[in-house]
Amino acid sequence: MKLTREHLADLAVGAAFLGTGGGGDPYVGRLMVQQYLDEGCEVELIDPQDIADDWLVVPTAMMGAPTVLVEKIPSGEEAIASLVRLEKRLGRMAHATMPIEIGGINSTIPLVVGARLGLPIVDADGMGRAFPFLEMETFGVYGVSGSPMAVSNEWGDCALIEAVDNRQMEWLSRAVAIRMGGCAYIAEYAMSGAEVKRTAIPNTLTLAIRIGEVLRKAHDEHRNPIEALLGFLPSTLYRYGRVIFSGKIVDVMRETRAGFTMGKALIEGIGHFHSQMEIEIQNENLIARVDGKVKAIVPDLISIMNTETAEPITSENLRYGQRVTVVAVSVPEIMRTPEALNVFGPSCFGLKEPFTSIEEID
Amino acid sequence: MRIGIDVGGTNTDAALMDGPAVVAACKSPTTADVGSGIVAVLRKLLDMTGVSVSQIQAVMIGTTHFTNAVVERKRLLEVAAVRLGLPATKGLPPMTDWPRDLADTLGRHTFMLRGGHEFDGRKIAPLDEAGLIGVARTIRMRGLRSAAVTSVFSPVTPEMELRAAEILKNEVPDITLSLSHEIGRVGFLERENASIMNASLADLSQKVVSSFRNALRELSIEAPFYISQNDGTLMTPDYVERYPVLTFASGPTNSMRGAATLAGEKEAMVVDIGGTTSDVGMLMQGFPRESAVAVDIGGVRTNFRMPDVLAIGLGGGSLVRDEGARIGPDSVGYEITSRALVFGGDTLTTTDIVVAAGLEDIGDRFRVAHIPAKTIETALDTMHRMVDEAVDRMKTSADPLPVILVGGGNILVSRDLPSASKVIRPENASVANAIGAAIAQVGGEVDRIFSLEGTSREVVLTGAKVEASERAARAGADPASVKIMDIEEVPLAYLPGSATRIRVKAVGDLVIG
Repeated sequence: MKLTREHLADLAVGAAFLGTGGGGDPYVGRLMVQQYLDEGCEVELIDPQDIADDWLVVPTAMMGAPTVLVEKIPSGEEAIASLVRLEKRLGRMAHATMPIEIGGINSTIPLVVGARLGLPIVDADGMGRAFPFLEMETFGVYGVSGSPMAVSNEWGDCALIEAVDNRQMEWLSRAVAIRMGGCAYIAEYAMSGAEVKRTAIPNTLTLAIRIGEVLRKAHDEHRNPIEALLGFLPSTLYRYGRVIFSGKIVDVMRETRAGFTMGKALIEGIGHFHSQMEIEIQNENLIARVDGKVKAIVPDLISIMNTETAEPITSENLRYGQRVTVVAVSVPEIMRTPEALNVFGPSCFGLKEPFTSIEEID
Repeated sequence: MRIGIDVGGTNTDAALMDGPAVVAACKSPTTADVGSGIVAVLRKLLDMTGVSVSQIQAVMIGTTHFTNAVVERKRLLEVAAVRLGLPATKGLPPMTDWPRDLADTLGRHTFMLRGGHEFDGRKIAPLDEAGLIGVARTIRMRGLRSAAVTSVFSPVTPEMELRAAEILKNEVPDITLSLSHEIGRVGFLERENASIMNASLADLSQKVVSSFRNALRELSIEAPFYISQNDGTLMTPDYVERYPVLTFASGPTNSMRGAATLAGEKEAMVVDIGGTTSDVGMLMQGFPRESAVAVDIGGVRTNFRMPDVLAIGLGGGSLVRDEGARIGPDSVGYEITSRALVFGGDTLTTTDIVVAAGLEDIGDRFRVAHIPAKTIETALDTMHRMVDEAVDRMKTSADPLPVILVGGGNILVSRDLPSASKVIRPENASVANAIGAAIAQVGGEVDRIFSLEGTSREVVLTGAKVEASERAARAGADPASVKIMDIEEVPLAYLPGSATRIRVKAVGDLVIG
């Protein structure tokens, strides 16, 4: 599938939904891709089922603070330099690139790389949403090593990291990213086509585009966009979603610890939703409770949407008085296994509650 | 006494104020040259009141002239857009996301050079001074008269923009410069966009400011004059000549602040009900709460601080359907005088409901005598519910607030609102803009990313407060009256270590005389 300008607009909305409050605004990445499209470059998505088992796929991404990225716009060469450095290290050329994170800005970085290098972009990712740490990847969960990893800046400075495990890789590269100005561009989790098929969450780029499209069309046709979205999900791997609450935000608390926006949003029920919902945030929305009872929990998606426009609202834009509808969505099974929950389940964020899937919660 | 003037697209309004009291107010059509419209309205005002020009201590002007020029793509200069940030930022050259016609009007003279800083003050690259001399040569060759200079993280470290200005001024002595750190905050593309737009207004701003100056001179008004900016504070004329872009959203701000003064409230919700929509905005300490999202002006993305206004589809001409259960969002608009039932038309509007309920006497009330009582009651309920919900949505806490009703459609609200502690309908609401200009104060702002390494949050905050207060005093505020209005801290997400974005705003009373 070849991407158009319209796809990019839809992707931005879908990526924000899948970002569950975090992941950064895809505006800058989207503009860069748009520009390449205007210049005649092509952005070609390829289904993971259609790639050869012996292909080399090198995912690309940005790591660091989105707030820095919106001021220090990339040169566009950084992620490419990282990919090229990994090719050199591995002694092989990449056949394709791929997102590591579909939520937020990182849905767009591989598109920039693909457009520039003429590489196809595998329609899949390793988070299925947004997460704060690089080890939180299904790739790693199912045995792909994140290292060797390349971290680059606009100068062509490049750090090659070979870590003993993916958590250590995250720890070391984060320090490099800070030295590079708080925002750096990476290539990591290089893997074979066979490994992509085994470890990646498939078709998430097209999923994000379709989510944006479903919301846009419902809006244009004066149908309820949230209902339209919930009606669409069963045809995807995120097969179950429902409204878990609807109401008005009555309090937002935020503070920052070690690069995390930690906080809570309190929503007072409207209509047949009684009492209050409390959503705990660590950059992303992690857990939703009503009267102490869990209504949805990470890694299932908890997306806070504007009740009228169905626009997903990011953590930093939550405000008192907003009328919001909270949608919880089941993530694909590959993200819910005990191995996966060990890496990005509730306990990895310091939550005491065990994971319970949204289908099992009444 | 002070005079506030609002130069709108259609009318120029003026209000004479003695302290917080409105002595008199009047309107006159806006003229193409701006100046003669101001002279006309001021003559009228002085004649009405018999006040002599020597009693006037200050004149404050609000204008939408510069916004309109950008929206209409008229009277704009070609601009040299100079960016300092390579090798970063190359991915999106200046004016990438601009509407084609506006970028063409400005000539697409873009230059990218090495320079810029990191968030923590380190250099991305040393400033390319030789490159700047080359740019200056091109500027001379192309005969450009205005340039915008934007450096990465200049709101944190402005030194490269200042040095670039020095070099360009040296090479092209008559060039007008717009430096981004004076105009916007963190958010590179938005700040650069605003700086380029500002540069394109360099000629117009000189003309408009001198027409203001000449108008006052023609009437022998010797008092100093000021122009209001986005956040409801004042700028001196020479500052506006250099930074006209800062007037872009002054209209809604002045209107809300004017309403606050008229009602004598500082913490309140302003509901401006027009013919088609109602705009609801919140006043905190007498200033509008600002919006957090990016704002498009003339199709260009900026990050100006605009009042956070919620528009709902309820106005005096809104259509009433389903026996009063559904109102708007469509409206008969300016055709109300022919299409509403009370004016002999065939469309049931909110105004008809108010007349039918016996609350107002507009047009021919016998034409609405047939409307069932139940429809009237339901429609009144719906209208009040819409306003009440909008007010509640804009609040920052659950406590009830006073609601100030302005605009011609304020007749729609006749009952108490559950979200309001009281409902106020001030006199002279139609010149709220001019009044808002007249009462404006002087402000100073700091908005930067601070590194907390080797220092503490308290030290950094105190420094930022002092700097904002100093800026306010430099802009003409009485130092004794300067207060910190607003502090916002946004730590950088996904970045462990200690960097935080701090924004502090200070305002004070203008020193008069």
